[in-house]
Amino acid sequence: MSENVAIIGTGHSRFGTRRDVNIAELCWESMKPAFETANLEPKDIEFFVVSNAGMWSSEAAVPALMAEYADLAPKGSMRVEAACASGSAAIRVGYTAIKSGMADIALVIGIEKMQESPNPNVIELIGRFGSYFWEFENFGLTFPAYYALHGTAYMMKYGATEEDFARVAVKNHYYGAKNPYAQFQKEIDIETVMKSPYIAWPFKLFDCSPITDGSACVILASEEKVKELGIDEKIWILGQGVGTGTANLSRREEFTSLASARYAAEQAYKMAGIDMDDPIKYLDGANVHDCFTAPEIIAYEDLRFCKRGEGYKLIREEQTYIGGKIPVNIDGGLKSKGHPIGATGVSQAVEAYKQLLRKAEPGRQADINKGVWLAHNVGGTGHYTYVTIYGLEKEVKG
Amino acid sequence: MDKMKEQVMKNMEELGFPVIVDEKSGAMQWVDMRELRLRYIISIENIKPFYEGLKEGKLMGTKCKKCGRVFFPPQKDCPSCLDSDMDWVELKKEGTLETMTVVFVRPPSFGQYDPYPVAIAKLDDGPRILAWYNGDPQQVKPGQRVKVQVSRRREGYLMYELAPL
Ligand SMILES: [Zn+2]
Repeated sequence: MSENVAIIGTGHSRFGTRRDVNIAELCWESMKPAFETANLEPKDIEFFVVSNAGMWSSEAAVPALMAEYADLAPKGSMRVEAACASGSAAIRVGYTAIKSGMADIALVIGIEKMQESPNPNVIELIGRFGSYFWEFENFGLTFPAYYALHGTAYMMKYGATEEDFARVAVKNHYYGAKNPYAQFQKEIDIETVMKSPYIAWPFKLFDCSPITDGSACVILASEEKVKELGIDEKIWILGQGVGTGTANLSRREEFTSLASARYAAEQAYKMAGIDMDDPIKYLDGANVHDCFTAPEIIAYEDLRFCKRGEGYKLIREEQTYIGGKIPVNIDGGLKSKGHPIGATGVSQAVEAYKQLLRKAEPGRQADINKGVWLAHNVGGTGHYTYVTIYGLEKEVKG
Repeated sequence: MDKMKEQVMKNMEELGFPVIVDEKSGAMQWVDMRELRLRYIISIENIKPFYEGLKEGKLMGTKCKKCGRVFFPPQKDCPSCLDSDMDWVELKKEGTLETMTVVFVRPPSFGQYDPYPVAIAKLDDGPRILAWYNGDPQQVKPGQRVKVQVSRRREGYLMYELAPL
């Protein structure tokens, strides 16, 4: 039993089109710096979790592949899949393993090599993350289309515009341009978004996160191990909530919010001791799941950064830039940093570590006053949501 | 893709292996020789009445005999009562559109279709339904009334769709 669990090492691969490496090599690219920052070796790992959605890539037994490549055999392992939230699900498995006392040091690696398959095949496969039989088989829903149904509902209900959505892309590219690990290190303007071709109305190409290869890795340790190893640089997991939504969108009550996200947020805030009516007061910043632009705005509301129906005003007033009410996705987000499905949730944890320990690159370091960071990671279209709260101290300051 | 296949064949002859050099990065790639085609066989044994109804232009759901809960898409079991004693009921084929999209970039398995509008409507009976919208998406207004109808797909099978009322 460990009361508290810390992230003591992190690594992040370059995200993008990575035809220069295979799956094992891409994993190692983030594992090596994780070992180095934790000052540990593969033999120190007691249990490891691999987040990988797969299907589009060749190797399915990634834990075994990495047991071999990284000298982790014969340690225990598990492959975890929760669509785009797989990374956070893997962190949860590592976290609970340590919390329960089954392990003291666990490694979590998120990996996706989406470009081993041609883009049309990836589009086909990723559309199947909802209800395959009722919504994909007959109606050919794609991943952008599922979220576009939410974007449309949001615009109709609250009067937000496609330009408001575009503002999210502009912000995330602005910060992605400052992140050397990002797939797109290039700023864009609203016009670029508005002029790009429709993918699933109202979303255009620049409303969408890209198809990405990448990996990210964190090493988790129990409080006892942190003491024993004398680890200085670490962040603590203060709380985590997870929710699940219905497979069919038609089984849901509304399309301007994700019920699983609200549920996960409530749990995470409660566990971390954060006042649900004013979470911004406790947070230095957040990473939210901007697989498309509109879902970032919906995330502001599901996480209670603002009232329902006011999320688009936060981005309109640039309140989610550094210096605003709460900086969001200042690593570029999924939109500009890239979205290697299984790696995304782990990448968010790496970003929390970098931000809280003031290790972010120039121009994208938030002011750290409260020492608390939030990560919101959604699988499918609210089919799964994980909200995780990270902190410099073991408890939040009120 | 065809160009890539040609190149692979050429390289296989000249270099001995199914490889290509990626144009952008210059990195050497092995092109998998094993191709997998997927087609699932899915049981509809317990929802046969849904398809029998659809053939006659009806939209059928299930209703728990014990608690009256209505399920669409239909399901065999009621988790509220842990009971499986269901009635098949015909749903009213009218409702109100709640949201929509137009799918421009389609999955390859829908490649034979033009961009298609997809909508979610709340039926007057209560359940929601997601389907293709057979109408002009530009003309859709908030509160748009819609009906459920059955049409034959290009593949040859019958399926329900939404249309403006
Ligand atoms: Zn019942």
